[in-house]
Amino acid sequence: MAAEEVTLDGHIQHHLTNAKMCSTDAGLAFNKACADSGFWTWHVDTLAWSIGLGLIFLWIFRSAAKKTTIGVPGKFQCFIEMIIEFVGNNVKDTYHGKSSLIAPLALTIFVWVFLMNLMDLIPVDFIPAFAGFVGETVVGVDSHDVFMKIVPTTDINLTAALAIGVFILMIGYSIKIKGVSGFIKELTLHPFSADSKVAMVFLIPFNLLLETIALVSKPFSLALRLFGNLYAGELIFILIGAVGLMQLPLHFVWAIFHILVIVLQAFVFMMLTIVYLSMASSDNH
Amino acid sequence: MNLNATLIGELIAFTVFVWFCMKYVWPPLNNAIEERQNKIADGLAATERAEKDLELTQAKMAEQLKEAKAQSAEIIEQAKKRATQIVDEETQKGHDEREKIISQGHAEVVAERNRAKEELRQQVSVLAIAGAEKILERQIDAAAHSDILDKLVAEL
Repeated sequence: MAAEEVTLDGHIQHHLTNAKMCSTDAGLAFNKACADSGFWTWHVDTLAWSIGLGLIFLWIFRSAAKKTTIGVPGKFQCFIEMIIEFVGNNVKDTYHGKSSLIAPLALTIFVWVFLMNLMDLIPVDFIPAFAGFVGETVVGVDSHDVFMKIVPTTDINLTAALAIGVFILMIGYSIKIKGVSGFIKELTLHPFSADSKVAMVFLIPFNLLLETIALVSKPFSLALRLFGNLYAGELIFILIGAVGLMQLPLHFVWAIFHILVIVLQAFVFMMLTIVYLSMASSDNH
Repeated sequence: MNLNATLIGELIAFTVFVWFCMKYVWPPLNNAIEERQNKIADGLAATERAEKDLELTQAKMAEQLKEAKAQSAEIIEQAKKRATQIVDEETQKGHDEREKIISQGHAEVVAERNRAKEELRQQVSVLAIAGAEKILERQIDAAAHSDILDKLVAEL
């Protein structure tokens, strides 16, 4: 181990790099070949893990929904109904309008994000090492060129996609409930208002600036909060994984603490989504 | 930052998941929960009603029991009275019967005595005449003194 520091750095870098896929003139290319493919690069590990976990979520809940009974529920149904009721109560307490979308949206976000965060508890080297082994033996590439990031929420693309989805819904609800003019008024006539029309017109740019920042900061905070928490957690797991035998107690303690983070971040994302959509669909500013 | 086409893929996935959840997951589960809640509420209300009914029935039952007890007591009282009455009547009847039998016997005894007396009188008169005939022998004419004899018989 002559170049240990380089190895550690490389190790961390390796862990924090997504498996990439892009199409080049020569057809589909992967990883290092995609270094300068720009926007049209796909993180196949993020996509595969997140969609896989999303399908697991839907499969579990759909199978519960199919077997659902009004009579005495089984233990599995009780468990699923507990989650449904938990999300439903939060939606009912926070969102006062009528919408058949908010509750399923909140449920999807909560469970999906939770499952994706949960991948953080799988020891950091297990699956990347396995993927490297498979890449080396089956495909025949250097195991250092096989990348596998199994926690999709540590990829800004995923958290940004969720936040953008919520942002689109926020604007949609604002326009649906308040109308286009109501939405524009909300953006331009608050928080500063004056009695005279002239002063009002004068204040519009300031209001627009403030309100736009307030509006846009919401998806940013959503995306960056989840990404930041999970990325930092993942990074610490990787660092702990590099300190030799001492990693066992350290990993244990950090993993226990991380259970809290995992659930909390999923819950926070769900709650903020409900709150933002509730604000978007209520008239009084 | 490292934004790329993954964002679009995830956005599509997110949309599809939410749509599927809204269409096939949330409504059946939520409906089941709500329907069960209604059922439980109905059940509780029914239990309450049944409890009230039970209370009412119990009160009614107690009242009926009381009534029945009173009635039975009355019937027993009546029966006792009737029994006493029957005993009294029978006693009276027996008494009367006895009286009748006794008085009959008495009358019979009196009649028997009278008859015996009459018979005795006749016999005494015959005996007296026979005695007097023996004492007086021939001087006495039975026919001539029959009035005296009759008087004697009457006196006996």
